[in-house]
Amino acid sequence: MAEITVTVDGVNYEDHVEPRMLLVHYLREIVGKTGTPIGCDTSNCGACTVLMDGQSVKSCAVLAVQADGTQITTIEGMANGALHPLQRAFHEEHALQCGYCTPGMIMAASDLLRENPHPTDTEIREGLEGNLCRCTGYENIVRAVRRAAQAGVSE
Amino acid sequence: MIPAKFEYVRPGSVDEAIRALADGGDDAKVIAGGQSLLPLLRLRLAYPELLVDVGGLDELRGVTDAGDALVIGARTTHYQLVHDPLVAEHCGLLAEATETVADPAVRHRGTLGGALAHGDPAGDLPAVVLALDATLIARGPGGEREIPAADFFVDYLTTSLQPEEILTAIRIPKLGPGWGYRYEKFHRTAQSWATVGVAALTRRDNGSVAEARIGLTNMGTVPVRARAAEDAAAGAAASREALRAAADRADEGTNPPADLHGAADYRRHLARVLTGRALAAAAGL
Ligand SMILES: Cc1cc2nc3c(=O)[nH]c(=O)nc-3n(C[C@H](O)[C@H](O)[C@H](O)COP(=O)(O)OP(=O)(O)OC[C@H]3O[C@@H](n4cnc5c(N)ncnc54)[C@H](O)[C@@H]3O)c2cc1C
Ligand code: FES
Ligand code: FES
Repeated sequence: MAEITVTVDGVNYEDHVEPRMLLVHYLREIVGKTGTPIGCDTSNCGACTVLMDGQSVKSCAVLAVQADGTQITTIEGMANGALHPLQRAFHEEHALQCGYCTPGMIMAASDLLRENPHPTDTEIREGLEGNLCRCTGYENIVRAVRRAAQAGVSE
Repeated sequence: MIPAKFEYVRPGSVDEAIRALADGGDDAKVIAGGQSLLPLLRLRLAYPELLVDVGGLDELRGVTDAGDALVIGARTTHYQLVHDPLVAEHCGLLAEATETVADPAVRHRGTLGGALAHGDPAGDLPAVVLALDATLIARGPGGEREIPAADFFVDYLTTSLQPEEILTAIRIPKLGPGWGYRYEKFHRTAQSWATVGVAALTRRDNGSVAEARIGLTNMGTVPVRARAAEDAAAGAAASREALRAAADRADEGTNPPADLHGAADYRRHLARVLTGRALAAAAGL
């Protein structure tokens, strides 16, 4: 077992974990952040995307021990009293159907807008290329990110 | 799936990491960004008993100007390379190709050293460092050695790194005046691997191409140079027709795989077409 200290959505956690534990399992099973889903076994789908020290990562492709000393933001840390502007835009633009990809989409989109607050539609599509959606056909997801960008989200 | 059990150490220096690898024997493995290794562990296609994490070693990170070459630390991430001003100025091909690797989240974690040490002929960066005539620098219990890119890739997922060696840096000669470049990648979906990729560099001399270097992705068990096409392009007129004729020889001597993404013949065809496009773009046409 290894000892790790991680800040998740602003709260500090100290835990003993097996080295083989993936960050996504740590978040879901130890910290209880079940808002971050697991969608695949190959690190392709992006459903598990979280921010690690501000940058998007696939939490199924990071070991919990590798997250030692970092700050993690999950979808559960986005709303601050009211819905985050990206969450609102996804809601208003019907950017989800089953919703399984949505936490990852929103985390990847927030990373994109931090770096590029006013992306073109092509840049939005490229920024979300690591996130798969089986339901929407992506059109409304792009529209939602554009709407959030226009509303001035940059984090 | 959850990986099989392993021990994990996070050494404080490269020398400590080498000692940990030597002590761990055949069942020890380096982990850098984990973007190739962790998916393998999850699918239980690999069972190391010890992971030596070099991800925290700052001595392996960053790009430095060494006069006529750039020296890039092995654990410099894809994301850093895409944004590095020295890379953009002296070795733009590397940035252009790295931007096509995977997706933003994977590029935040994945490293140049990991992409090369993994030795996947379908990876984009092995063919690129081959075309750039890079030298890989490895350190082991016996000290440091330099390996030309042409000798580094030995077989499918196999490199000339010894189990107790760490890839520390990649040295890439700066491109001088007159050089142009292009990475052409053909893939089915945005984040997927190259069916075929072509890294081309040309040096223009007025109306002709003086010199060309071409690296091919996924055209064999290792990345390969398209020597016949390089020779045909050297001295050719800087015109689309002349470069297309040279590109017709791009698949000579290759042994491409056949899989769900394409038959071997189809890959040969792609290699010729993409080489034509890459040479023309590199020559500014
Ligand atoms: C969804 C997805 C899509 C991808 N798409 C592409 C793509 O289109 N093109 C592409 O080229 N790649 C792609 N990749 C792979 C990606 O480029 C990886 O980041 C990279 O291949 C490995 O870098 P890493 O630092 O994560 O290495 P790791 O996974 O940590 O290690 C990979 C291998 O290299 C060894 N190693 C790592 N560093 C060193 C070192 N310093 N010294 C000695 N050995 C070392 C490890 O032991 C291991 O065997 C993709 C990956 C994913 C998850
Ligand atoms: S669950 Fe992490 S990428 Fe699919
Ligand atoms: S809404 Fe169902 S996967 Fe995207």
